[in-house]
Amino acid sequence: MAKALVDLVKQKFPADVLETHSQRGDETVVVYAARWKDVARFLRDEPRADMSMLVDLTAVDFPDRSPRFEVVAHFYSLSKGHRLRLKARVGDSDGGNAEIDTLSDLWASANWAERECWDMFGVRFTGHPDLRRILLYPEFEGHPLRKDYPADRIQPLVPYREVPDIDKIPPFRADEGMSFGRQTHAQRPSDDDDLN
Amino acid sequence: MEPIDQELDPAEIELPTEPMLLNVGPAHPAMHGTVRIVMELSGESIERCDVQVGYLHRGFEKMCERGTWTQVFPYVDRCNYVSPMLNNVGFALACEKLLGIEVPDRCQWYRMALGELARMSDHLTCTGAMAMELGAFTPFLWMIKGREMIWDLMEEETGARLTHSFGRVGGMAQPPTEGFKAHAEAVTTHILEIIAEVEKLLLGNRIFLDRLENVGVISAEDAISLGWTGPCLRACGVAYDVRKSHPYMKYGEVEFDVPVGQTGDSYDRFIVRIEELKQCARIIRQCIANLADSGPVNVSDPRVILPPKEEVYSSIEGTIQHFKIVMEGLKLPAGEVYSYTEGGNGELGFYIVSDGSGTPYRVRIRPPCFFVTGGLERVITGAMMADVVPAFGSLNMIGGECDR
Repeated sequence: MAKALVDLVKQKFPADVLETHSQRGDETVVVYAARWKDVARFLRDEPRADMSMLVDLTAVDFPDRSPRFEVVAHFYSLSKGHRLRLKARVGDSDGGNAEIDTLSDLWASANWAERECWDMFGVRFTGHPDLRRILLYPEFEGHPLRKDYPADRIQPLVPYREVPDIDKIPPFRADEGMSFGRQTHAQRPSDDDDLN
Repeated sequence: MEPIDQELDPAEIELPTEPMLLNVGPAHPAMHGTVRIVMELSGESIERCDVQVGYLHRGFEKMCERGTWTQVFPYVDRCNYVSPMLNNVGFALACEKLLGIEVPDRCQWYRMALGELARMSDHLTCTGAMAMELGAFTPFLWMIKGREMIWDLMEEETGARLTHSFGRVGGMAQPPTEGFKAHAEAVTTHILEIIAEVEKLLLGNRIFLDRLENVGVISAEDAISLGWTGPCLRACGVAYDVRKSHPYMKYGEVEFDVPVGQTGDSYDRFIVRIEELKQCARIIRQCIANLADSGPVNVSDPRVILPPKEEVYSSIEGTIQHFKIVMEGLKLPAGEVYSYTEGGNGELGFYIVSDGSGTPYRVRIRPPCFFVTGGLERVITGAMMADVVPAFGSLNMIGGECDR
């Protein structure tokens, strides 16, 4: 059944399918990155494919190959019960130019998956509404799942972030903040008292 | 007495409000796991929110690329630490799919029984914690007592309560113990009693129902688009269960029902989990009935399975076989597979890429929690502040799995 799906994509995009293979029953289609979104949209809207769910989206880094990253998406059709793996290759060997269209306007699940992919691999998804790091913090340097990122690399310390419009930040003085004891109505010690 | 605002324009007496920014988490008592929600509140309703995850990120996928395939098992334990056995089995199945081997029947039944027990522990934790967050502390303690029984059983079988590392490519670390069947049956019976008690206590409770019904509603279309799977998706009325839709191991041979909800609110998610607990018990009993008392547990492939220790110490072949598997790691053929099982929270997928060596080239875990938590923003936007707790609790976000 899934084999028919591969033929369907081949028929519709004869010039854009780079290769197809099927290992252990997992049908895979590799397409040119430029047509990534068109193929994905076709898979969603075509009734014979009806891919209602984008199960997973990730990337694999092959530093020796020329388009360096393989962006991998797994689709699943709830009504038909078939699956398809769609891949596209992007990026120069130095990791630059890794850009591909976002799928987040087709499936909502792509939103976070693409953010994670950007976070971990540095693959940019053009058109993504909110491409921030998701698992790591904004000051993190590099993209850890690239093969040239050493696993034992130590990240630089990050200074405290500037917090605007707050005139007081913790630690507060001992008499400030929430009182856990019994409220007393004694006069609060003033700053002058501290000096004595 | 005249009203004080008699001559005032009604627009003027309206209190000026401006949206208030409120941080909840990452270490909030109601946020089991570590997640931070930045909310923009207008009064008590949430205008906008930003769900921030990643506080438990430990670099699971990077670590997997440093050892052998077998050394991945301890890491998958720590992904979903409430039901580690499901992760163990899920990863083992992925490797076996790439290798093209199938474990003996006895092992499959054993894996299923342990897996369903782990699913029970997952659902007990989630439903119990949900009740606790809404003020019902007693059911939480009862359910955790039930979970403790499961973990005692796991300890007896595997030697560890929580992080078992019990799965192996091509089998399990040990065969079932002699008392496994009787112990599992006793635990199952006891947990069914606990569930019956909890149902009596909660499902007739007006406060509990009011806090859950029509709270955190999501439509089936949205849930599908967000990639939700598992109990959260089934609560929306979509009967997608990997065990039923794409049976793996022996799930095609056991009888069980897939409970579905109707409205996709927190109550449905709660009740679907409670119902699944009963279905787990059904499956466990069938697994025990089918589990053979003797026979091989592991495949007999010397490239995959460590030889028995007597052979290692007494024969050169055994020593070499042991050495090669331990030092070089078992070798998976080059290629890629995506293998999926039903985890505690939904479709738990492993996308593994091998270059033919003993070290994984890429291990991608498809965490069900990550996608479910990705929909939290949609669930709570527009809701009241107090509804975040039951809505978030019913999604059952597991920090270790979501952040890896």
